[in-house]
Amino acid sequence: MNITRLFTAHRRPLLVGFLILLMAFVFTFPLYGGAYPTRVLTTMLMYTVLAVSWVMFSGTTGYMSLAPAAFFGIGIYSTALLQHYLPFPVIIIVGGLISFALAVLLGLVTLRLKGIYFTIFSFGLVVFIGNTVNYVEADIFGRHGWYFDALDRATLLYAMLGLAVVTVLAAYFISRSRLGLAMQSIGGNEEAAEHMGVNTTRIKVLTFAISAIFMGAAGVILAPSLSYSNPSIAFSVTYSFIPIVAAVFGGMGQLHGPVIGALVFGFLEKTLRAQLLTYFMLGFGIIMVVVILFLPNGLVGLASMLRDRLGGVISKVRNGSDGEQHANT
Amino acid sequence: MAEVERLLGLSMIGILAGGVYGLLAVGLSLQIGVCRVLNITHGEFLMLGGVLTFTLAGLGINPLLAPVIIGPLLFGIGFLLQATLFKRIKVRAPSPAAFEGNALLAAFGVMYIISYLARLRFGTRALPSQYLTEGVPFVGINLAVNLIVGFAIAAAVGIAVYLFLTRSRLGRAIRATAEDQPTAELMGVNTNTVLALCFGLGALLAGIAGTLISMRTPVTTAMGFNNTVIALIVVTLGGLGSVPGSFIAGIIIGVASMLVAGLWESVLIVPVYYAMLMVLLLARPTGIFGKK
Repeated sequence: MNITRLFTAHRRPLLVGFLILLMAFVFTFPLYGGAYPTRVLTTMLMYTVLAVSWVMFSGTTGYMSLAPAAFFGIGIYSTALLQHYLPFPVIIIVGGLISFALAVLLGLVTLRLKGIYFTIFSFGLVVFIGNTVNYVEADIFGRHGWYFDALDRATLLYAMLGLAVVTVLAAYFISRSRLGLAMQSIGGNEEAAEHMGVNTTRIKVLTFAISAIFMGAAGVILAPSLSYSNPSIAFSVTYSFIPIVAAVFGGMGQLHGPVIGALVFGFLEKTLRAQLLTYFMLGFGIIMVVVILFLPNGLVGLASMLRDRLGGVISKVRNGSDGEQHANT
Repeated sequence: MAEVERLLGLSMIGILAGGVYGLLAVGLSLQIGVCRVLNITHGEFLMLGGVLTFTLAGLGINPLLAPVIIGPLLFGIGFLLQATLFKRIKVRAPSPAAFEGNALLAAFGVMYIISYLARLRFGTRALPSQYLTEGVPFVGINLAVNLIVGFAIAAAVGIAVYLFLTRSRLGRAIRATAEDQPTAELMGVNTNTVLALCFGLGALLAGIAGTLISMRTPVTTAMGFNNTVIALIVVTLGGLGSVPGSFIAGIIIGVASMLVAGLWESVLIVPVYYAMLMVLLLARPTGIFGKK
C-alpha cells in the first residue's frame, strides 16, 4: 500500500537483502573499481574493524582505551616478520593471537586500575611500544624499516571484508550473550555489577583481549598495501584516534553506528585532496564536539530522530487532523 | 672524573628542564583532579603558548613578557571550555563515569580543533624564537641562561599556585569542590565558576610552560601531543592534585630523560618514563604524593 509500511513489515528480509547486495558490490568492486578506489574501500573496511572492535570493549564498559594503535602495529609487525615463513591467512590468525596475548597481559596489569588511570596507561602504551621497537630495530639489529611483498589488491580487499564481517558478527553475538550483559552492567555501575557476582576483572580482560584480536588482524591485512613500514608508521597514534572519532561520529549505542561512522569517515579521509584534509580534520573536531553535546547517538541517532519527525509529519498530512494524536506511534 | 662531571651536568639540566614539566603537570592536575576532565588537549595549550610566543617575538615583544598577553587569552579559552562545553556534558551525563568518558571524547574534538587551526595558521615547520641562549659554566658543562630563568619562573609560578590553593579563600573553595562537589555547593561555593576557573588556570599554566619551552627549543604546531603524554605521566607519577608532587615528578622525569639521552639513547626516553609509570601504578596507583 505504501512504502513505509512495506519497510516496517519486512524489515529483516530487506536488511538481509541489502547486506547481500552490499557484499556483492564489494566483491565485484576490484573488477571495475580501479587500483586506488579499491584501496580506499579496503581502508574504509579497516576503519570499520577498528571502530567496531573499539566499541566492543570501550563503548560498553566505559573504559576508554587508547591502545588500538599498539595492537594494530603488532599486526603490521607480524606481517613484516613472518611474511616469508607463513602463508598469509595463518599470519592473520597469528597476528590476532599475539595481540590477544599482549592484551591479556596488559589487561591483567591495568584493568584493576580506575578508569582514568587505565586511559592514561593505554595512552602511553602506543608511544612506549613504538619507541621500544624503534630502539631494538635500529640500534640492535641496525635495520631501517621493512618492505612488504606485494599482494593482489583484490585479495586484500576480500580479506579485509571477511575480517569486517567476522568482527561485526562477533560484536553482535557478544552483545547478546551473557558476556555482553556483564559488560553492560560494568558500564552501568561497576560496583553493583561486582556485588551481583560478576567477575568484573575477568570480563574486562577477556573483552579487551577479544577486541585486540581484530585490531591485530586488521594490521596484518593492511600491511602489504603499505609496501614499506617502520615503527613510526606502524605505531602511529592516528590508529588509536580513528576508531574513536569514527565510533563517536557514527554513534556508539547500536552496532551499525560505528560501522556507518567508519565507512563515512574513511571515505572522506581518503578521497579528499591533501590541502582539504586539514580542513577536514578541523571539521571533524567540531563535529565530534557537536555530536557529544547534541547527538549522544551520533549519525545513526540523528537519522532515527529525523525519521521519527518525518514519519510524524507524513502521517499527520495523510490522516489530516485526526492523525495528530497517533503521530508519534 | 670527567664522567662524573658529565653526569652532574646532565642531571642539572634535567632538574632545570623538569621544573617546566612540573608546571605543565600542575595545570593538568587541576583539570583532572577538580574538573574530572582527562584533558588530552593540555599539550595543545602548551603548543599555543609556544607558537604565540614566537608570533609575539616577531612583533618585537620580549618572550618574558609574552605570558602577560598569552596567559589571559589561554585562561579565557580554558574558562569558556569548562563553562560551556564540559559543564553541559556534565549536566547531561547520567553518571560520573559517563561524564568522564564523554568529556574525554569531547576533549578529543577540541584537540583536533586547536591543533588543526594552529596548523592552518602556522604550518608544520619549526618556529625558532630562542631567547637568552648564552651559557653559564657549571662543572664542565654550559647551562643556558634560558634554562635557569625558565626553572626560576616555573618554580615561582608553582609556589604562587600552591599558596593560592592552600592559603586563599578561593583556593579553599577549589579544594572543597575537588573533595566533594555537592557538599561544597551546599556550603555556598559557586562550583560552576570554581571549575571554570580551575580549567582556565590549567590552560594558563600550560601556556606559560609553552613560553618557557619556546625560549629553549624551536616550537612546532605538532608538539602538543607528546607534551600531553609527558604531562599525563608526570601527573600520574606525582599524584593527582598535589602541586609539590607534580614538581618533584617533573624533576624526576627531567633528570631521567637527560640521563637516558646522555648515557643511552634518546629513543628510549619515553619507554623509560613509561616503565617508571608502570612500576608506580602497580605499586602505588595514586602516585607518589597522591591521596587515597
